[in-house]
Amino acid sequence: MNPTDIKNPEYFHKVVDCQYACPAHTPVPEYIRLIAAGRYDDAYMVNWESNVFPGILGRTCDRPCEPACRRGRIAKGEEPVAICRLKRVAADNKTDISARLPQIPAQKNGKRIALIGAGPASLTVARDLMPLGYDIDIYDNQFAGGGMMRSQIPSFRLPASVLDEEVGYILDMGVVTQFNTEVTSLKSVLDKDYDAVFVGTGAPRGKGLNLPGLEEAGKQVHIGIDWLASVAFEHTSAIGRRVLVLGGGNTAMDCCRTSRRLGGEDVRVVVRSPFADMKASPWEKEDAMHEGIPIYDNHVPKEFVVENGKLKGMHFEKVEAHYDENGKRSLVPTGEDLVFMEADDVLMAIGQDNAFPWVERDLGIEFDNWDMPVVDKATFQSTNPRVFFGGDAAFGPENVITAVAHGHQAAISIDLFCKAEPVSNRPAPMTNLLSQKMGIHEWSYDNQIENDKRFVVPMAPLEETLRNRKLEVELGFDQGTGFKEAERCLNCDVQTVFDTPRCIECDACVDICPTDCISFVENAEESELRTRLTATAGNLAQDLYVSTELPTKRVMVKDEDVCLHCGLCAERCPTSAWDMQKFLYSVTKAGQ
Amino acid sequence: MSYQLPKFRHPDLPVNTLGYTRADYEGAISTLCAGCGHDSISGAIVRACHELALEPHRIAKLSGIGCSSKAPTYFLGKSHGFNSVHGRMPSVVSGANMANRDLLYLGVSGDGDTASIGMGQFAHAVRRNLNMVYIVMNNGCYGLTKGQDSATADAGSASKKGDPNPFSAIDLPGLALQLGATFVARSFSGDKGQLVPLIKAAISHRGFALIDVISPCVTFNNNPGSTKSYDFVREHAEATGTVDFVPMREEITASYPAGRTQDVTLHDGSVLHLEKLAPDLDPFDRVSAMVALQKHSAEGQILTGLIYMDKDSRDLHDVMETSRRPLNSLTEQDLCPGDKVLANINASLR
Repeated sequence: MNPTDIKNPEYFHKVVDCQYACPAHTPVPEYIRLIAAGRYDDAYMVNWESNVFPGILGRTCDRPCEPACRRGRIAKGEEPVAICRLKRVAADNKTDISARLPQIPAQKNGKRIALIGAGPASLTVARDLMPLGYDIDIYDNQFAGGGMMRSQIPSFRLPASVLDEEVGYILDMGVVTQFNTEVTSLKSVLDKDYDAVFVGTGAPRGKGLNLPGLEEAGKQVHIGIDWLASVAFEHTSAIGRRVLVLGGGNTAMDCCRTSRRLGGEDVRVVVRSPFADMKASPWEKEDAMHEGIPIYDNHVPKEFVVENGKLKGMHFEKVEAHYDENGKRSLVPTGEDLVFMEADDVLMAIGQDNAFPWVERDLGIEFDNWDMPVVDKATFQSTNPRVFFGGDAAFGPENVITAVAHGHQAAISIDLFCKAEPVSNRPAPMTNLLSQKMGIHEWSYDNQIENDKRFVVPMAPLEETLRNRKLEVELGFDQGTGFKEAERCLNCDVQTVFDTPRCIECDACVDICPTDCISFVENAEESELRTRLTATAGNLAQDLYVSTELPTKRVMVKDEDVCLHCGLCAERCPTSAWDMQKFLYSVTKAGQ
Repeated sequence: MSYQLPKFRHPDLPVNTLGYTRADYEGAISTLCAGCGHDSISGAIVRACHELALEPHRIAKLSGIGCSSKAPTYFLGKSHGFNSVHGRMPSVVSGANMANRDLLYLGVSGDGDTASIGMGQFAHAVRRNLNMVYIVMNNGCYGLTKGQDSATADAGSASKKGDPNPFSAIDLPGLALQLGATFVARSFSGDKGQLVPLIKAAISHRGFALIDVISPCVTFNNNPGSTKSYDFVREHAEATGTVDFVPMREEITASYPAGRTQDVTLHDGSVLHLEKLAPDLDPFDRVSAMVALQKHSAEGQILTGLIYMDKDSRDLHDVMETSRRPLNSLTEQDLCPGDKVLANINASLR
């Protein structure tokens, strides 16, 4: 293999699994260390710079970082660090951070931007562009900002006060809000001579199931996201005693849990796929089951049963999942009798679509075969150079953190576009690599590996939370538990950096490494090299760090897979050929 | 500074026939200097014992005084240990071995502990062919007292702050051959590929097995001018051949080219596969081994690998015809045959 180019910022970035997996690339270990140090304001600001909504995401994020967390694979039964809930610890314990928010220039730059939709993507664009002196108008059909975070995420998961605070930080920068305003024509917005328009309207159309009996069932069958919005906006305050929720995603989990709070006693989730294949996050499934909601998997809805014009229930066909050699799934009926389940109400939470009836098709915005706008994956620019898309509106339903990542990138593009520079000029990330050596065998990070198991977030009593749909279920870690959980972090951003000329090949690092990451072997092609190491490097998703050739014609090879970043290689190295260096990677934002 | 090794190990660590991973053979975290060759030897011992699937409680590790003799703390944490008086480890092993022949005795010593203060003890353990593995962690200097030349420092070799050594060196393998040792090897802490099979072979050998391991002292004797530095040893080591050790339980699956190769079956049924590189050496002939050692030394080379082995070695218990059962397990009934037998003996002497 060729020697690893550690100057390439992506090499060490990839070693920081959590940060690499995060769409916004939040420097996770950095803020976890700040939490451990009790520096909650600093931890909050590291988050805020990167993901804009620490308090919101600390409660509701889809947490792609956690399945990626190295801690989860260093031993059987070991779980990832509770990254998401630590973020909330920073948000819960911070003091007033308003003085740390960016200054908004009084002298504007003369460019006007329209943001359509006031969800996470648009708010991120505003956050990045307001400090640069842009004038921004934001349009939304709801009465306040937040988009789906307000209409679809129930208050028992995300209290309105948290949402209002973090949306407020951005709107208070001087964004001109046009709330309760449904934009029905993009042309009318473009006609107002904005320098650029950003579309962040989400994926607002819930899918329905056109099954026999739907029409007769009438008002007892609801679209999940519409129903959640109507609960959030207090148009709906009750539901029947027996509720069937169709679908296996997070919206289904929100629907069933909300139903339990609005009078649903026998609430069931019914899903076509096997339990393990459900789209909902595992913790959301657990939370639903904790509230006494059974999940019936492998049940395909067949028809609504209506008697005398009133919904009685639904018929389901039982299926089994079969997987072909490519892993493609087919659901094969078992041939058993149809299953009947009684219901007073049915909520359909089987997916969402984008919908752009308000975008005229003669504005130079190209639409593809699926009636989705053609949007550049890197710049978020549409084929009309003045119009940008982001969030769910760009490429279909994802999640809040992805929308934030889109918003940052779109803001860069809009800024470049307004300065008449090519939007393809993407700025390189900011990186910094700094030795953590404080003295002989002393590091400026806590390199002891804690043995604690993942801590469980305490919850409010079930009966109370079921009685009040606005009462937050999760209580969050207290400071003590937050510290302990933070100490579980392996500090994967503190990199093991190898300097070949210093190495005397004494093997001290090989001998001390608790997880057998380091080997000195003859070089070979990667597939062969992976088998030559002290411990076979079977995780192909993780890179090998290969040195240049040593005097004995061997190379140092480090398998990054299960490195604990404990620093023992560097502690036992007599010549400092190994050093522990903190790698900070931050995505460059507009105007930087 | 870290005082504890993290508890996490590679999740796919191989398990031996006892169900143990290498971690089960580790000891406390080392407090020796960073980069000390002794730590690599500890690592090689851990690997050898794990791969041989030895039960940790069947091993006794014994040592004297010195950096080397601290090392047993850093391996085989679940085995018996005895840290004896300076240079007196062989006596303690002799006593322990006489009392309980069923344990595996692993003596760890240094150049000072063996070639200076313990020389007399060492010599007699060799000539009695005491059944033990005797590993010398040889760095040519007294590291624990700031790096003075030891008795194994080569003439002309200079340590970090010292003048060239005016005295001639004691060559432990040569001495051991002279004294009738039945297994003599030399290796280098920086070459586990060679050291691990040698340790395994030494463990399987019945009788006294010496492995003189050159183990650079990074703090006092790893400088240009020293003949025991990493660089010098790498440049001047000349292997007698390669050694492959196949434990008794395993089938020999590797195929070796014909010619200068030889399989030797050890007393416990294990097989030692030798591929000779030094054409002038017959490792089963004492005279040949002594000549080869002297010759390489005269040429300024360090001969490493298996230097000599007596395939028909008889250890101290064989020679003394002691009881097959360990003496410490014999009861009064076994040891005291009773009045009647005594009367017969007495009668025979009248």
